[in-house]
Amino acid sequence: MIRIAGLRKGFAGTPVLNGVDANVEEGKIVALLGASGSGKSTLLRCLNGLETFDSGALEVAGFKLAPGIHDARLLQALRGKVGMVFQEFHLFSHLSVLDNVTLAPRIVRGTPRGQAEARARELLAQVGLAERADAMPRQLSGGQKQRVAIARALAQGVRVLLLDEPTSALDPELREEVREVLRRVARGAHDNAGSGLTILLVTHEHALARELADEIWTLEAGKIAHKTQRDR
Amino acid sequence: MRAWALFCFALLWFEPGIALGDWATVHAHAELGWGGDLQGGEPYVYESPTQPGVIVGFEVDIAEALSRELGVRAKFHQNDWSNLIPSLERGDFDIILNGLEDTPARRTRLHLSRPYFVYGETLAVRPGSTLHTLDDLSGHRIGTLNQTVAQELLLAHHAEAVLYEGQQEPYLDLSHGRTDGVLLDHVIADRYGCALPELRCLAQDLARGTYVIGIRPSDGELWTKVDGALGHLIDSGELRAILERWKLWEPRQDELSARGKVLPVPPAVPVAVVKQRLTAFQIGLFLQGALLTILISVCAFGLALPFGMTLAVVRSHAGPVARFFATAYVELFRGTPVLLQLYVLYYGLSSFIRLGPIVAAILGLGMNYAAYEAEVHRGALAALPRGQAEAAGSLGLSRLQVLWHVLLPQSVRIALPALTNDFVALLKDSSLVSVITVVELTKRMTIVAVEARDWVVPGLLCASLYFAMSFPLSRLSLWLERRYQSS
Repeated sequence: MIRIAGLRKGFAGTPVLNGVDANVEEGKIVALLGASGSGKSTLLRCLNGLETFDSGALEVAGFKLAPGIHDARLLQALRGKVGMVFQEFHLFSHLSVLDNVTLAPRIVRGTPRGQAEARARELLAQVGLAERADAMPRQLSGGQKQRVAIARALAQGVRVLLLDEPTSALDPELREEVREVLRRVARGAHDNAGSGLTILLVTHEHALARELADEIWTLEAGKIAHKTQRDR
Repeated sequence: MRAWALFCFALLWFEPGIALGDWATVHAHAELGWGGDLQGGEPYVYESPTQPGVIVGFEVDIAEALSRELGVRAKFHQNDWSNLIPSLERGDFDIILNGLEDTPARRTRLHLSRPYFVYGETLAVRPGSTLHTLDDLSGHRIGTLNQTVAQELLLAHHAEAVLYEGQQEPYLDLSHGRTDGVLLDHVIADRYGCALPELRCLAQDLARGTYVIGIRPSDGELWTKVDGALGHLIDSGELRAILERWKLWEPRQDELSARGKVLPVPPAVPVAVVKQRLTAFQIGLFLQGALLTILISVCAFGLALPFGMTLAVVRSHAGPVARFFATAYVELFRGTPVLLQLYVLYYGLSSFIRLGPIVAAILGLGMNYAAYEAEVHRGALAALPRGQAEAAGSLGLSRLQVLWHVLLPQSVRIALPALTNDFVALLKDSSLVSVITVVELTKRMTIVAVEARDWVVPGLLCASLYFAMSFPLSRLSLWLERRYQSS
């Protein structure tokens, strides 16, 4: 589902990714650990085209990315299959919770409003926010915002979910509700192994990584230093 | 700080002092201050085209000859023509010597000297026009200058007077078909209108009158002195020599030397009689002016908003070529006065595109304000967290969809207080469109104020109408600010 070959990326001459080679099979969950500045987030952002890269090759959900500027249409097609959750949630503050989740299905896929809303309400129920569909983002706690962001990333029926430190911006007491949602999403992925969701989780939480992941990668100085297989 | 204070004091030093003198002070200072408007142009008073900074004109020569007779120096004071009388009354200079026409109304307001020039009201039309007499003008759009006898004649004959500040513009508009005729003194008509191949001037004067010197009613002694000196200039033939030098001597001027004979004064005009109080009719005209102000402001802002937003989006999201043109537009329209832009749009481009005054006003203000709104929107777009565009992009929205569905709805909320503020500013800037013949609220106020000899009541009425329009908007701006700050 994800193939990374010789990936290199630098910012203003400083190398950040120094030749990353790795593959993730469909339906697997990979946790990516590493110190701050080791290139975890940059690797994740390269996978959905938010960053370009200098050399190497990527294949995500069947879409091949080459070094340099990506074609806008290719990116749009890829992002329909690859969802992303950010550390800082980035909910659209002018839209209600329901509209945040239905925006992409309606605008990008042309899903009729009724159908998009029905699917959005299902997803909101899965993340435990069925009652808050009409709330505005400013009325939610950080943990609730991140749960909406997860529902939003899944709304288009993506095959790959990229999670960039989804609990780091939260107060410790709010992290558990997000972990619980991640467990539920991961269980869903495992139940459909072979045809389900592939997840790449960037995190500092080793315990969470051990609990959820099939494989743990440790990034050091822009390279994968260790890969640990785990039995679930 | 101290340098700044010094600079401000230096400015005050250059501010012309107020003369407020009678003959005794004129004599004591050996200086006669005379008011006129350089915009009146050739042959009255204007800047010499060959010697920069030197003013010339037949009235300059008369002022100098007069001062010589009185044994003092002549000193010119530049003043907007339509406000010469209020400025004289305020004491900005000692006399008015600038095409001031003798009228019954002015005789009740000022001391008027004996005439120094006889003029005929000349009607300019386009070939084939059926307008020949004053009565023919009823219901037609006729151009003239503000506060002239011609304006009063037009009002009395139920013509629609289109008012200008300069002398060339009325003829320009006539030749472009924006008006049906121009009624002005023959001096102006001969120089600016009758020579144009596309216009025709009627041979006979529609009315005849004289130019006189205006003196404050309190300056009785100065009045006698000026009148005496002028009489001497006429008797000695010096006035004739001056007028001949400026090619202004013709049979009409024979009447000047007939002292004692009743000189022509245009017929007293019923609507132009002096009024001290505002009539219901004038208040109605004020409200009409206020409505026009609202119409122009709303339409101009309706144009400026989407155009400004488009410019902002181009500047922040488009390629380098489009960005260059959008930046050039913003800098050009912000960097030059809106007054100049209105002139260029209405007069300068009239050979290519002929806009009506209200359309030109809306377009001119709209295009100018678009440049400011573009900056407001650009700032608001830049204030949005970068993550918003990234999150929307990561969902597969195209750049245009990101802008339309995510960025602009949020940036407009940020920009709203500033936009409301700009609309209040536009409401007041709309007074500038009077230069292209639109009689909006402020212009209506100046016209009524001069007619009614009172600036206080019309000024207060005008101010309260502006306030009534802008105050609710200011409150709205504050409310929006509070609302979106809290979210």
